[in-house]
Amino acid sequence: MKPAPFLYFAPNSLDEALLLLAQYGDEGKVLAGGQSLIPTMNFRLAQPAVLIDLNLIAELFYVRAQADGPLHIGAMTRQRTLERDPLIAAHAPLLQATMPHIAHPQIRNRGTIGGSLAHADPAAELPAVALALNAQLRLRSQHNERWVAARDFYRGLFTTALAADEMLVEIALPSLPPRTGWSIQEMARRHGDYAIVGVAATLTLDEQGRCTQATLALLSVGEGPVQAQQAIKLLQGELPTPALLAAAAATTAQIDIDPTADIHASVAFRRHLAQVLTRKALTEAFERAKR
Amino acid sequence: MTTRYFGQPIKRNEDPRLLTGQALFTDDVHLPNMLHVAFLRSDYAHAHIRSINVSAAQAIPGVVAIYTADDLGDYWRPGPLLVPPPPVKDLIFNPRMQVPLAKNKVRHVGEPIVVIVAESRYIAEDAAQQIFVDFEPLPAVVDIEKALAPDAPVIHPDLAHNLNAHVIQRKGDYAAIRDQAAVLIKRRFLYDRGTAAAMENRGIVADWDAKNEQLTMWDTTQAPIPIRNGIAAMLGLSERQVRVVAPFIGGGFGPKIMMFYPEEVLLPWISMRLNRPVKWIEDRSENFYATTQERGQVHEAEIALTRDGRVLGIHDLFLHDAGAYAPYGLTVALNSQCTLLGQYDVPHYYSEFKAVFTNKPIVTPYRGAGRQHGVFVMERLLDIAAKELGIDRVEIRRRNLIPPEKFPYNNEIIYQDFAPLIYDSGNYAPALDKALALIDYTNFIQTEQPRLRAEGKLVGLGLVTYVEGTGIGPYEGAKVTIETSGRVSVATGIGTQGQGHYTVFAQVVAEQLGVNVENVRLVTGDTAEFYWGAGTFASRGAVVAGNAIHAAAVKVRQKILKRASEDLEAAEEDLELVDGTVRVKGSPSTAIKLGELAARLNPLRGAVKPGAEPGLEATDYFGPERGATASGVHAMIVEVDPETMQVEIKKYIAVHDCGVVINPMILEGQIQGGVAQGIGNAFYEQLIFDENGQLLNASFMDYLLPTADTVPRVEMDHVETRSPLNPLGIKGAGEAGAIPVGPLFAQAVEDALIGYNIEILEIPLSPNRLFELVLEPQQGS
Repeated sequence: MKPAPFLYFAPNSLDEALLLLAQYGDEGKVLAGGQSLIPTMNFRLAQPAVLIDLNLIAELFYVRAQADGPLHIGAMTRQRTLERDPLIAAHAPLLQATMPHIAHPQIRNRGTIGGSLAHADPAAELPAVALALNAQLRLRSQHNERWVAARDFYRGLFTTALAADEMLVEIALPSLPPRTGWSIQEMARRHGDYAIVGVAATLTLDEQGRCTQATLALLSVGEGPVQAQQAIKLLQGELPTPALLAAAAATTAQIDIDPTADIHASVAFRRHLAQVLTRKALTEAFERAKR
Repeated sequence: MTTRYFGQPIKRNEDPRLLTGQALFTDDVHLPNMLHVAFLRSDYAHAHIRSINVSAAQAIPGVVAIYTADDLGDYWRPGPLLVPPPPVKDLIFNPRMQVPLAKNKVRHVGEPIVVIVAESRYIAEDAAQQIFVDFEPLPAVVDIEKALAPDAPVIHPDLAHNLNAHVIQRKGDYAAIRDQAAVLIKRRFLYDRGTAAAMENRGIVADWDAKNEQLTMWDTTQAPIPIRNGIAAMLGLSERQVRVVAPFIGGGFGPKIMMFYPEEVLLPWISMRLNRPVKWIEDRSENFYATTQERGQVHEAEIALTRDGRVLGIHDLFLHDAGAYAPYGLTVALNSQCTLLGQYDVPHYYSEFKAVFTNKPIVTPYRGAGRQHGVFVMERLLDIAAKELGIDRVEIRRRNLIPPEKFPYNNEIIYQDFAPLIYDSGNYAPALDKALALIDYTNFIQTEQPRLRAEGKLVGLGLVTYVEGTGIGPYEGAKVTIETSGRVSVATGIGTQGQGHYTVFAQVVAEQLGVNVENVRLVTGDTAEFYWGAGTFASRGAVVAGNAIHAAAVKVRQKILKRASEDLEAAEEDLELVDGTVRVKGSPSTAIKLGELAARLNPLRGAVKPGAEPGLEATDYFGPERGATASGVHAMIVEVDPETMQVEIKKYIAVHDCGVVINPMILEGQIQGGVAQGIGNAFYEQLIFDENGQLLNASFMDYLLPTADTVPRVEMDHVETRSPLNPLGIKGAGEAGAIPVGPLFAQAVEDALIGYNIEILEIPLSPNRLFELVLEPQQGS
């Protein structure tokens, strides 16, 4: 379990890193927290010729909030920081609540938000949470910059909208409207394992208690994070009664997702869990929204 | 009053070294000029090798040598049969042993084909990637129930089938009593494979010193002495030219008693050939294929009972997965056969097994070593019988326990040590009573469970019993020496893998010699320190080596008393050994320090009496006539989440009887660790092979070991029934914790899911499998 030989760069600035990425393109791989990439290299499943280590680029580590504006998070911000930063707790409580589900503290000490989002593992929590929070992602290349919504970023199994010379540099989370509740639910074999199924949800109510906006994103049930679009439609403009939430959960499990079987769960068990967890997530989000 | 050491919860002597990172493990051995070894292993479970091309790999700078089977010449030969078959009538046995490097054919994924030696492990692995093997894939034998089918692919072509062994053992006459039974219950039971997953993988450093013609080998083996003997014979060296050191080892659990692994055969040969030290450290990926595994069996078992729940007999047919080669003989399957009857007085028993070859990694004992399967079958049959007869599950067990007056109890079949399966001693009812008290059985069944069920909580209780044959022969030895400093050194031949040998053996010595445990220094696993012995396996370290150390310490004590009696002018009976001195009872100032006495017995000038032996030193050996049978009862309470099928263990208790206890703290650690492995085996761990024999979960991302938050603290109590088979009266405890957890899990979860009316006849379980089991009857209706 030793990696194949590779060239290693540890630039001190984003510009340098983007220059290297432009230079090496497909040959190059950026190293963030390394919690997926390094094991994959040790298994020799990935054999990048060039590794561009982002860990010395101070300008990618930050959490900033503007009054009523979106929360900005540098791509190299450690997951452990997201767990502990008061700005995250105040502006993106769903993101904070997600952290304990991600592996173990030792791994969150290294793992970064940008690394996980760009890696696009369908079993990872952060891509689904990015969908649920309507995250905007800032992508940079040597000469260009563009913003892509999380829902447009994911293109399939471990595949994103990133071009070979592009890097995810920042995540912006719009602030939650008033009367918005949220929830993250998952079932993992052991604490910290990749979830067999997970659900992130938000629910926004108007003053009459009707649902004006809902987000519902699942993990481990498809080739990437999956939005439960039919279920969201069911909720729109309706009073979230227990029966409606149960119907949304059933729609999620039976219509919105197309899970596959693996050694941990059959398709039937995944659909069952999706239903159970979606109902729990919507119920909890609704309870929070009412407060 | 003299201080007692034996039986006390003394803190472990070895822990300061281990906890501060000062203990030597094999990978800590760094030698000048050392080379590193990697293996190219088979990607196929079953294939012919058409050709191997190593030329591109050879051209890589830093690659020193590459060897295939053909390069080994006469050194290439199948490994030895470790354990011959027992003397059972009409037994069929077709041994086929592993080879150092695959020649012409591979028989399991991960079988080594080429060995690469390079200046670094990185370079060696780069080279492995540049070796091209032309395979002709063959269909694989994966499912043991299809291994003997007429059209099954044949793994060892000289056999014409895949039968490794066929063994029938009988007690009484089951066929004759079957008709008299009021109730017959027959079920099919499955137990699937897992891996021991020791924290430290295997590793070897071999160093041939040409100037001294000495080979030194550091090896993560549980059996350094047999490794030395075998390697010396293979290499044509004298045993005195080979020193094998088994340093600290991060867990053995059985797979490290296997020998000879291909790597163990190859590393010393390479070192001699290249005249340089070489190192190979197994990585975790390799461990999933290259280290032996266990547990695959399928049983068709029937129990015959009277109306009041007395067991008349058991009939069991089972298939045992031997893997691709079977160097360890029949130990695992025999253990299953011989442990099934458990604590119960069963007059009639028919047990027949077939061990079959499959295209999967080699099977050898892993903690429990087949005992799990027998206990699972018996305990599940009793659970089903209890339900059918309307008898409480504890009551049906109690009615069938072997009563204390029937010991020694002869089960009339042959055990893995080739001796008749005779339980030496036992007293089962008190342990059962203690277990009922600890788990609060009556209160839980009558009050708690109904109350919690009314709240919608799916809570269940499990309670099972088991026995464990431990402490088998042949023998071990030890040398005890009092140094002139007063410190005591002890050498024994067995290896140590974390069990606490440095402490319990020191306690045995301290008890005889009246010295502090910290002043006893133990050396284990170094063939330069002790020549004779077999190894650490079958829960035998404390029993066999412990009694050998005791015997040697008693001899030293006699030497002390004899000389001190002369020097202190007092009768031997009037002397006592306290605080590192020998002194006259009631006159503590009339004393000699043991170190001083040792010095007097090793004079530098002058004369000694004819026949005098120098110093205070003795060597002795111990070999029991047969193994000692330990026993226990485990119980637990679980809650099952009906929505996710997650199982939470609310309470876990164990009552254990391993005879006289040397150190209760270390014993409890052994039980706790065993239970952790048992929980893994029951609910988290399963090696999943596809139809081509590919392992689908060969990493800790997908092979789930139990973690700290999934293993509860086990509440424990003990019963002490002395073994009459050794002077210390002890029985082994190493494997006990892991043995009964499967049936315990099955019973407790079944009880929790009582409303679903399911029967759990397989281990391991998982939330996914429980979901399927719960759905099955619903789909059927």
